Amino acid sequence: MGQAFRFDPVDLPPEAAGLRADVRAFLREQLGEYPAGRRAHSWSGFSPEFSQAMGRRGWIAMIWPKRYGGHERSALERYVMLEEMLAAGAPVGAHWVADRQSGPLLLRFGTEEQKAFFLPKIAAGDCYFCIGMSEPDSGSDLAAARTRAVRVEGGWRVNGTKIWTSNAHHAHYMILLARTGEAGDDRHGGLSQFIVDLKTPGLQIRPILDLAGEHHFNEVVFEDVFVPETRLVGTEGGGWQQVTSELAFERSGPERILSAFAVLVELVRAAGPAPDQRVAVALGRLTAHIATLRRMSLSVAGMLQAGILPDKEAAVVKDLGTLFEQEVPEIARSLIACEPELGSDEAFVAALSRTMLYAPSFSIRGGTREILRGIIARGLGLR
Amino acid sequence: MSEMSENHDLLRHSLDRLFTQQVNRPVLEAAEAGTFPTALWSALEEAGLTLPMVPAEQGGAGGTAFDALAIVRAAGSHAAPVPLPETMLAGWLLWACGLKIPAGPLSIAPVRPEENLTLSANAGGGFRLDGRVTRIPWGRDARALAVLATAPDGLKVVLVEPGGFALTPARNLAGEPRDTLTFTGLAVKPGQVAPAPAGVDGAALHLRGAVMRSAQMAGALERSLDFTVRYAGERSQFGRPIGRFQAVQQQLAIFAGQTAAAGRAVDAAFEALAAGGDIAFVGAIAKARVGEAAGQGAAIAHQVHGAMGFTREHALHYGTRRLWSWRDEFGAESYWQEALGRRIAAAGAEAFWPLLTGTAD
Ligand SMILES: Cc1cc2nc3c(=O)[nH]c(=O)nc-3n(C[C@H](O)[C@H](O)[C@H](O)COP(=O)(O)OP(=O)(O)OC[C@H]3O[C@@H](n4cnc5c(N)ncnc54)[C@H](O)[C@@H]3O)c2cc1C
Repeated sequence: MGQAFRFDPVDLPPEAAGLRADVRAFLREQLGEYPAGRRAHSWSGFSPEFSQAMGRRGWIAMIWPKRYGGHERSALERYVMLEEMLAAGAPVGAHWVADRQSGPLLLRFGTEEQKAFFLPKIAAGDCYFCIGMSEPDSGSDLAAARTRAVRVEGGWRVNGTKIWTSNAHHAHYMILLARTGEAGDDRHGGLSQFIVDLKTPGLQIRPILDLAGEHHFNEVVFEDVFVPETRLVGTEGGGWQQVTSELAFERSGPERILSAFAVLVELVRAAGPAPDQRVAVALGRLTAHIATLRRMSLSVAGMLQAGILPDKEAAVVKDLGTLFEQEVPEIARSLIACEPELGSDEAFVAALSRTMLYAPSFSIRGGTREILRGIIARGLGLR
Repeated sequence: MSEMSENHDLLRHSLDRLFTQQVNRPVLEAAEAGTFPTALWSALEEAGLTLPMVPAEQGGAGGTAFDALAIVRAAGSHAAPVPLPETMLAGWLLWACGLKIPAGPLSIAPVRPEENLTLSANAGGGFRLDGRVTRIPWGRDARALAVLATAPDGLKVVLVEPGGFALTPARNLAGEPRDTLTFTGLAVKPGQVAPAPAGVDGAALHLRGAVMRSAQMAGALERSLDFTVRYAGERSQFGRPIGRFQAVQQQLAIFAGQTAAAGRAVDAAFEALAAGGDIAFVGAIAKARVGEAAGQGAAIAHQVHGAMGFTREHALHYGTRRLWSWRDEFGAESYWQEALGRRIAAAGAEAFWPLLTGTAD
């Protein structure tokens, strides 16, 4: 009774301490005095040079088999590396999706040829992926995807539109979710996943600017785009099961609790060594939250490592984590008076402003708050 | 690790069985009306559950902090109206300074950081204890109290037996005794006094009290969540169980998240107790975080239960009134948040991440 959700305690492996020190040294050397406004970009920061440097250090594909360019380290070591990168606001965005999601998908469901071709390039920090799931009429309701792949000689022909595709304009490939058959009674049938080369003729990538006027995501239009037979991932019609198996990885990582970390650090700095009681109380509350979230997120990483699929627990971490991330700028501005301005040369103002303009997306990307709470309710047996 | 968790599953099951048998509405109501549940206490003592961390030679169970956590959490979950955590803390104090641990329910004093007792030499030999302490859990029922008192030559642990001091009864919102004790020259024999060992002081006691209350609250939250989920499945309106309404599901999801966070925060504190970690940091986090979860969880539990949950008849209040009481005992959220915030601020921005990850130099 009592514990509807399972958050097993974890002990970090002994190797973690040395790794942490190595990552901190690397960050000092690579980033130097990295301004707060840049740190606040968090895992949206895009730098191929940085990704390649990480690849050389063996910090991409850390847990994959060596024969595919991986390093066969533990999920908890990877966690430590990631949280250090994110806490420093390092520009890890280029390889992020490939390392977190696309690579593991290929490892699980890909053909030998696909694994041998893509994984070592991803591991080197040379090959970037984007996620082609959402469509104009299919957001939370992913099963409503209408982009269609039809069998043709030697492969598939794709027509349709994907939207909100982060980094499509930088990435080399997309993992595309497309309809290849009828949905069936449970609506989950007839979907398949493909690896699409973003330079294929007929494929157009159009920028969509975000709140801050920045170009992170895109609309990707497919007009008779040919995808070779060999680029189907897993089984035809098995797309839904494959996609949902990625979600625990996507939802529980340190990126779901550290997106506003730059603001938190600048808040501590702005508060000074002897803040008034109101500021001290607020700082302490945020600390209690982030410390607890970190333990929950680590716990999910530990369970993933142990081969348990904690998808409900991952939904809990993302829901609480993004609530926290959104609270940070709100609380920070209530403590330290300032008028937000992007590009301010005051560290606190720069980090706060950037994060304020990103914050609404925290509880939308990767599954909205309402959808996650639905998953949690299902875990409670209510649905 | 897996062997340990198997043992804990066993412990959890026997705790559940014991509390389910012993804690019921008549026992709870009688306790609130002033009758100490002696049968429950004897059952706990016979099962060796009252002094989990004290070595066997001193009359304890010789277990770990994780045993203590499992016991206190289960006691909180079942709203057991006995000073179980207080007895563990008294046992810890007495054992740490080599005093004998009496049998029976024990309590501690002071429990508020601003209160202080003094011990001085009595004219006719021995010592005298003076001062007033408030909100002493089960002060009236305790077979003995482990008391911290300031003496001219340093902090002492004093074993105080009942009688010889004035007691003004008071209760928390859940009807648990929280009494005021006034000592006016209470005679204390030298054999009842020992110097407090290094690391054992008022702050350490207060912190451990906060960690214990956090564990009780984690248990009470888990049980209240269970009650509420079950009720949402049983109560029908508009032709279906209310748990089928998305608005209710979203509230229960929030409740589940808060409960999960509380559980992890408490685990972390007991891990630090077991491993000798930074208990001042992790314990403060636990009380601050769990106290916040307690308020949110109790509010949702009541909202989902409707008017039924607002009655004395329904059992929900045994948990929620305790949550509302315990979150303010041994320092409310704001107390521990401020302590944490001061420490973070003094350490500075660059030390924040190392502190969070336990990697500060
Ligand atoms: C910054 C950012 C980056 C993104 N990057 C990518 C990407 O790289 N690739 C990609 O494929 N997608 C990406 N997305 C899209 C993201 O996955 C979707 O935005 C998300 O799944 C929600 O879909 P939607 O925006 O269409 O909202 P909708 O599904 O239309 O939802 C709108 C509102 O209605 C609520 N709602 C919907 N259904 C229900 C329901 N059943 N019950 C209760 N409430 C409901 C939602 O919670 C939300 O509040 C990105 C989004 C953002 C903001």
